[in-house]
Amino acid sequence: LEPAASAAAAIHDLWSLMLWTSTIVFIAVLVALGLALVRRRRDRPTQPIDSSAPPAAVTRTVTAATALTVVILFGFLLASLWTSRAIAEVRPTRAVSIHVLGHQWWWEIEYEEGLPSQRMRTANEIHIPVGRPVVFKVTSRDVIHSFWVPNLHGKRDLIPGYTTAIWIQATRPGQFRGQCAEFCGLQHAHMAIDVIAEPENAFTAWLESRRTSARPAGSDIERQGEAVFMSARCAGCHTIRGTDANGQVAPDLTHIASRSSIAAGTLPNTPEHLAAWIVNPQGFKPGNQMPPNLLSSADMQALVAYLGSLR
Amino acid sequence: MIDPTSSRASLNAAAVLERTWADPTGLIGWFAHVDHKSIGRRSLVTAFTFFLLGGLLAATMRLQLARPQNTLISPDLYNQIFTTHGTTMMFLFAVPVMQALGIYFVPLMVGARAIAFPRLVAFSYWIFLFGGIFLYVSFLLNAGPDVGWFSYTPLAETLYTPTKRADVWAQLITFTEVASLAIAVSIITTAFKLRAPGMTLNRIPIFVWAQVVTSFMVIFAMPAVMLASTSLILDRLVNTHFFDVERGGDALLWQHMFWFFGHPEVYIIFIPGTGIVSTLISTFSRRPMFGYLAVVLALVSTAFMGFGLWVHHMFATGLPQLGESFFTAASMMIAIPTGLQIFCWLATLWSGRITLATPMLWMLGFFAVFTLGGLTGVMLAAVPLNTQVHDTFFVVAHLHYVLIGGAVFPLFGAFYYWFPKIAGRMLSERLGAWFCGLFFVGFNLTFFPMHVLGLHGMPRRIYTYDAAMGWGTLNALASVGALLMASGVIVFLADVWLALRKPIADPAASNPWNAGTLEWATASPPPNSNFLEMPTVAGRDPLWDNPPTQPIVIGLRDTARDILVTHVLDAEPDHRYRSPEPSYWPFWTAVATTIMFIWSIFSPWGVVYGAIPILIAMIGWFWPKRPDEGGTPVWPIAHRTLPRPNEEPAPGGAL
Repeated sequence: LEPAASAAAAIHDLWSLMLWTSTIVFIAVLVALGLALVRRRRDRPTQPIDSSAPPAAVTRTVTAATALTVVILFGFLLASLWTSRAIAEVRPTRAVSIHVLGHQWWWEIEYEEGLPSQRMRTANEIHIPVGRPVVFKVTSRDVIHSFWVPNLHGKRDLIPGYTTAIWIQATRPGQFRGQCAEFCGLQHAHMAIDVIAEPENAFTAWLESRRTSARPAGSDIERQGEAVFMSARCAGCHTIRGTDANGQVAPDLTHIASRSSIAAGTLPNTPEHLAAWIVNPQGFKPGNQMPPNLLSSADMQALVAYLGSLR
Repeated sequence: MIDPTSSRASLNAAAVLERTWADPTGLIGWFAHVDHKSIGRRSLVTAFTFFLLGGLLAATMRLQLARPQNTLISPDLYNQIFTTHGTTMMFLFAVPVMQALGIYFVPLMVGARAIAFPRLVAFSYWIFLFGGIFLYVSFLLNAGPDVGWFSYTPLAETLYTPTKRADVWAQLITFTEVASLAIAVSIITTAFKLRAPGMTLNRIPIFVWAQVVTSFMVIFAMPAVMLASTSLILDRLVNTHFFDVERGGDALLWQHMFWFFGHPEVYIIFIPGTGIVSTLISTFSRRPMFGYLAVVLALVSTAFMGFGLWVHHMFATGLPQLGESFFTAASMMIAIPTGLQIFCWLATLWSGRITLATPMLWMLGFFAVFTLGGLTGVMLAAVPLNTQVHDTFFVVAHLHYVLIGGAVFPLFGAFYYWFPKIAGRMLSERLGAWFCGLFFVGFNLTFFPMHVLGLHGMPRRIYTYDAAMGWGTLNALASVGALLMASGVIVFLADVWLALRKPIADPAASNPWNAGTLEWATASPPPNSNFLEMPTVAGRDPLWDNPPTQPIVIGLRDTARDILVTHVLDAEPDHRYRSPEPSYWPFWTAVATTIMFIWSIFSPWGVVYGAIPILIAMIGWFWPKRPDEGGTPVWPIAHRTLPRPNEEPAPGGAL
């Protein structure tokens, strides 16, 4: 409920208006009910029926209350349309363009910034500049998902066959968590995304560094880890740019070590969790596509060291 | 045809009449019942059983979510549970239980001897029962549907759900569509053509109006979901590509078709609830309903508008803004007739003398809960707000406030109100108050925190969440509330059990609440023929308005199942009609239909070969009888009901 973008702030204002008006209406109805109860209460079901015409004051009150309802609802309608317009006005030209593709159960991210050759793919973590609009072009590779970062904006469904755009302009830096909001199957609960808003120059630097290929393995153990990655099944599904690994069905791991979590927000990104995940992904996120990998402890150590070096 | 000095019912004639209208007895005879009271009773019990099962599933979910990272149930089972819970509550409890009240009370409230098309109603009960058993057997065989009660494509397509689970869901929908359509037709016909003489359109009890409006909504809404679920079954069974994006289908088409049904569905559940509220408030305020005409028109306009706001379930899909604005306006507008009804209820209470019996306690709960749910509904109508809270626990809270507040609270009030009529015994006022209190507190404890959880970003349909999210405390609170609700329901079950052990109260208790509508004009429980002396009506609340010299209907035979058909507008007698005898064929037709439905999940040939037994059973059902076998005699020319062209109608009808 702490808005960090213009859209979320506008929605928050609308929410406050509706919440307070509704609270007043709710209390008014309950007070009327309470007064009616206190006023003429008789605990006898046998008393005679009163079928006289209701007093004119009652009729007038009901009419007035109905009229007031209409007025309040029109007020809400105008406020809602006005908020929609305010949100829609964030449409300048110098926007960062980011593709978000939903997968069961992770997010594929592609930055369109710059030349076509500078397009950059990553996964499960998005960096955006503060104060500059960002357009998210969203769609899905399989079933319907929904992209939702509450602090920034409302949600937008990722629907296969459709690409829709949603505009966000962050107003303060911070790390904001999002989560898939449309039921998308077994692991709908474990499909989170991190959005990091940072100042323009930090963002540009980040984007520049992410465009580079993976840092080559330096030490012996890292080279051994890279060999494990290539010879085990990993490379069939994952990509590490600058190496032979170019699988397309799983998250890009080129800069995996810089992300704060693994498996779309399922586990924190520490060497222990990474090793545990590689051995038994089905234990943490049953039903996901990654098979268990029974590596020797030396191989595992090397692999984790290698992945840990991919900053 | 109407004898102003009623003094007919000799004991002997009444006994003959009762024998004429009796259903076969014994276990075997039970399958042939066509009495609307018998079918209404068993529908109520069956729907309530599904309510208990759905409630158990809900309690299991609350246990799982009570603390973060809980591992009580697997994600696979959790998805089956929440899907089965939603499907049960919507299709096997809420709609059928309201229709069951309609089956039982609409004929009684309009003063008819029977419901229209009683064999169709019997058939519909069996289809409903078999559909429910089919769902729960599938669930126990680990084949329960797991793609949500909304079954969005493409998740429900073969590619992503290769098992039969999505088929089970789609076919259950087919079962409930058939059952509820059949009842809708019967209720409309009963209310329009079988009313007691004198019950003109503007004297129909509001509860009956609510049932009629609901039935029309069923007739217009169910075909939409029938189209949707049939397309889904075809996609899965014979590889059509309605929703297959890869081959030119459209993933969003499903949502439009589903919600075109799905939103009216909410009103199909809620409008009978308002009918109950109007009835109970009028009785316990000792006053006719304030603004009868306004309330009836509010029901009708709600029904019309209910079809024009389905898109507010799809605001997050990225539709054009102009279109969204239209649906925002429509969604807010529908609050006007509902608000008007609330004001009319308050005005009735205000100008009446209130008796706080147990059914009234439920009405008070209804006011508090439903008003809150309605207001959050208005919030959801606003697109910007909707995109924030859509598919979060805020919506879970909202929909339970509206549906439990708008339908279940009135329903339990109705149980306490009408139980004496159905069972001839009173429920305990003290246990009833306990039940109401526990349920009310438990309900708010369970669902109010969910508003906050939704605003804190907790999405729906997740089987677990991380402790770091800080959602643990409120979820634990909600789970405690669920236990309170469950204990309230246990009190209710005990109350019913204790009441049923008592002997039937003396016949003087036929109208314990001193209510005004016709169902209280007969014994409790009502005799086989509903009314030994068929009433006529001189006002909106006949028992309050009728003078002591009010005529009764004569001219219906005691030895045959004669019912009186009246004109739609002014309820003038039209003609005499013979209601069908008990029959086993509706049961066999339902069995054959069930076989066909289930077979067709596995092979398209099931539709072809499965149709043959249905055909045979229906030939049996409609086999005509000659008059000497007990069939309807040919109507003599002299007893024509309609005048020839250029002929004056006979005075006072043509009976």
